[in-house]
Amino acid sequence: MLKTYNNKAWLLVLPVVLCVAFSAIIPLMTVVNYSVQDILGPDQKVFVGTEWFQLVMRDPELHAALGRQVLFSAAVLAIQIPLGILLALALPATGWRSSLSLVLLAMPLLIPQNVVGTIWQIYGRGDIGLAGAALTKLGVNYNYTGNSMDAWLTVLVMDIWHWTPLIALLAFAGLRAIPEAYYQAARIDGASRFAVFRFIQLPKLRGVLLIGLLLRFMDSFMIYTEPFVLTGGGPGNATTFLSQYLTQKAVGQFDLGPAAAFSLIYFLIILLACFVFYSLLQNAGPAEKAPH
Amino acid sequence: MKKRYFGLILYLVFAILPIYWMVNMSLKTNEEITGALTLWPRHLTFDNFRTILTDPAWYGGYINSLIYVLINTVLSVAVALPASYAFSRYEFLGDKHLFFWLLTNRMSPPAVFLLPFFQLYSSINLFDTHIAVALAHMLFNVPLAVWILEGFMAGIPREIDETAYIDGYSFPRFFVRIFIPLIGAGIGVTAFFCFMFSWVELLLARTLTSVNAKPIVAIMTRTVSAAGMDWGVLAAAGVLTIVPGALVIYFVRNYIAKGFAMGRV
Repeated sequence: MLKTYNNKAWLLVLPVVLCVAFSAIIPLMTVVNYSVQDILGPDQKVFVGTEWFQLVMRDPELHAALGRQVLFSAAVLAIQIPLGILLALALPATGWRSSLSLVLLAMPLLIPQNVVGTIWQIYGRGDIGLAGAALTKLGVNYNYTGNSMDAWLTVLVMDIWHWTPLIALLAFAGLRAIPEAYYQAARIDGASRFAVFRFIQLPKLRGVLLIGLLLRFMDSFMIYTEPFVLTGGGPGNATTFLSQYLTQKAVGQFDLGPAAAFSLIYFLIILLACFVFYSLLQNAGPAEKAPH
Repeated sequence: MKKRYFGLILYLVFAILPIYWMVNMSLKTNEEITGALTLWPRHLTFDNFRTILTDPAWYGGYINSLIYVLINTVLSVAVALPASYAFSRYEFLGDKHLFFWLLTNRMSPPAVFLLPFFQLYSSINLFDTHIAVALAHMLFNVPLAVWILEGFMAGIPREIDETAYIDGYSFPRFFVRIFIPLIGAGIGVTAFFCFMFSWVELLLARTLTSVNAKPIVAIMTRTVSAAGMDWGVLAAAGVLTIVPGALVIYFVRNYIAKGFAMGRV
């Protein structure tokens, strides 16, 4: 669609800009302010330049948290996206079975994050939880509060449970938008089921899958509440991801300077990744929309 | 054919079991919960729910949450409507940069903003009010609302706008009388998402409140750490937090798939 060039459109955007500026730019400036100063008291501040940044960059605990975070996000994407596509392909297209499956599938998405943590906390316990008890019965020595591997896997399974439906719903919506004519053409050509997926469905899903990838990457990269409720970051540091570590520093220990420097680095990492995904999304946009 | 439904059903069971287990637990007494593993409540009791619905410390949390979530939803959609119209219809100086900047706010970790928010709202005497949480949640809800609405608006042909202007409609009158009814479904879906993301958020809501506006999600975490034993009430509180989501999803059930695709398919 051709758009007209008109700078009066800024007037329409103004309320949003003011709102978001109030809740984003002012706080961000405060963070920048902290990151270059040492606050000794209410009126005593010393400019320290990049000292906090250097301190944070060399912090081994931060490196460990970043490593865990990257591994977690990678695992989340590697499992949720293929699983979500498979689910979308398996979903019935119409009828009551379709509505029922969609509503059941969407259920976990609508549960508050801390309740997700609570549900799995209960569900995984060896004494009162169904999953925990079943695993114990099967002879698996499972204990998410004591064993780091178990805790990490539980957080991962919990995230899969919580968010795979988002990918499935996105892919399902994408599949429904493919005109029937494409499938008819494929049938005439005698295309195999895999060929239909590879050359018709997957290219058509590209746009929505990029949205899904973007949302899942961002949200998994700043996961906080679910592991906080489930394990509190433990045992040890096994499930302490970046947000958790930052909150500990800022609110727990009140190390304002390092926490602020860390915040900025964290923000820049996300911004960079976001920019890459967004550029991909923009490039996918026109090609996707042209046939409609 | 059979095999693919088998996989789907297996996944749905995996999706529903944890929820079922919580509902099951909320209907049991604590003795039964800690005593033996039972697949359904042997001594059906609604005491856990009664505790929550009669204790102001508990049900007050739900009211607080609902108040700030509703303020947030109304404000977010109201400011996002004109902005997404501008993005979908006009090119203007710096439009792409502005859109990207908005999106980055959806993607900035709330943990980064925790401390500055606390100080900002304390300094303007908004700490521990519903409006503070509502404003803080606009940080991620406004960009999302603009994004979704823009997707829906792009699907409305420009000719409609032009015809209305030729017919002598002023912009505000056209927008309210003609355009908004056309994207009713989109507004519904957007409101649903704003409602959900504000309802499920814990970190900011917990930090910006202490007593008067304390949300239910914060009250629940307190119970976990302090009492730690009252599993039945905890499960019941969890079940009650799912209710608004379940109600909303019922109303938008026909738009779920399209809504999650941000109107972009």
